[in-house]
Amino acid sequence: MAEDPRLPAQLSWDTLTQGIWKENPVFVMLLGLCPVLAVTNTATNALAMGLATTFVLLCSGVLVSLLRKIIPKQVRIACFIIIIATFVTIVDYAIQAISLDLYKALGAFIQLIVANCVILGRAEAYASKNKVVNAFVNALGMGIGFTFALLCLGVVREVMGFGTLFGMDLFGPEFQPWAVFALPPGGFFVLSLWLFLFAILRKRGERRKEALHAA
Amino acid sequence: MQPDSHAFIFLNAFLINNFVLAMFLGLCPFLGVSGKVKTAWNMGLAVIFVMLVSSICAYGINALLVRYQLEFLRLICYITVIASAVQLVEMFVKKFSPALFRTLGIFLPLITTNCAILGLALFQTNREYDFTQCLAFSLGAGAGFTLALVLMAGLREKLELADVPDVTTGAAMSLMLAGLLSLTFMGFAGLGG
Repeated sequence: MAEDPRLPAQLSWDTLTQGIWKENPVFVMLLGLCPVLAVTNTATNALAMGLATTFVLLCSGVLVSLLRKIIPKQVRIACFIIIIATFVTIVDYAIQAISLDLYKALGAFIQLIVANCVILGRAEAYASKNKVVNAFVNALGMGIGFTFALLCLGVVREVMGFGTLFGMDLFGPEFQPWAVFALPPGGFFVLSLWLFLFAILRKRGERRKEALHAA
Repeated sequence: MQPDSHAFIFLNAFLINNFVLAMFLGLCPFLGVSGKVKTAWNMGLAVIFVMLVSSICAYGINALLVRYQLEFLRLICYITVIASAVQLVEMFVKKFSPALFRTLGIFLPLITTNCAILGLALFQTNREYDFTQCLAFSLGAGAGFTLALVLMAGLREKLELADVPDVTTGAAMSLMLAGLLSLTFMGFAGLGG
């Protein structure tokens, strides 16, 4: 994804990337965990959920940013929630129209995007204080970060739990699926393992930095 | 047991399809407020109360929306009503128990974005429960949430004394524990068959 040269100067590369890695909503901030665990039993569901959330993030971010001077401070949270709920309703009906199977697989979790703290958190902490373009780029970064996290879980759980990836058979008929990964406990385990992995990586990075300073 | 009997609906939401451990609803407070058993218990009580109130509200709204064929407004109405119900509970607690209010702190307003509450309203609509079934469902879900929260808090209190490697502290360990609890709760799957 290339940087757009028309964007204003104060908009740095960081606005986009902080959501993807440094402030990843799932792995670093631990927000919006409910859909992360609930719909990631297959990679397809994870991707669909990630895209739906990204869409809501983008639209609500832009609208909140546009209306930031009109919305009174006292009732801002209620306004944000109604804006978010509007876009979630749109997504809900859109998915129902596009693929009924997907709609059934995701169930009530599409409507529950409205209760995802990542979106309200972005509206409150970023979009309501920044220009539309910044809000858009920031929301895009967060959306990509969220989708990335969902895919991390979805891929592992689908490969382990069903022996497939995006519905394609990987291991042939002899594969014994490790069913627990597709079941609820697997969600907790896989997320926990990813967090372990990132904690180890972060520790190692810090140690390397210390070694550099010492040298 | 009959699948639509009140006892089964209660048991189903309480143990078999526990909101936190099987449906992954309300994970933010589950990880955030489960440090101490006492706080967890208070939070659980607040959630039970909010669930009961919002379940009744949601039932009323749904009846109204269906009557005027405005179902597409369901989500917006639900979330608004739940937010107001939480405000109401907040004022109530602040007035009658300032100590409890201080303990719950930030988490009371956060119940608004607690997906367990909205999930409850959506599920009872999807499953077309009647009024008393809604009550049983919300009580079961609230009790299940409290049970999971208190169990988790008990485990985490013990865990503070355990000697674990550096990288495994914090959220990762809590999630691992939650996974084990969830695995345990799967044992209830055949209950009430």
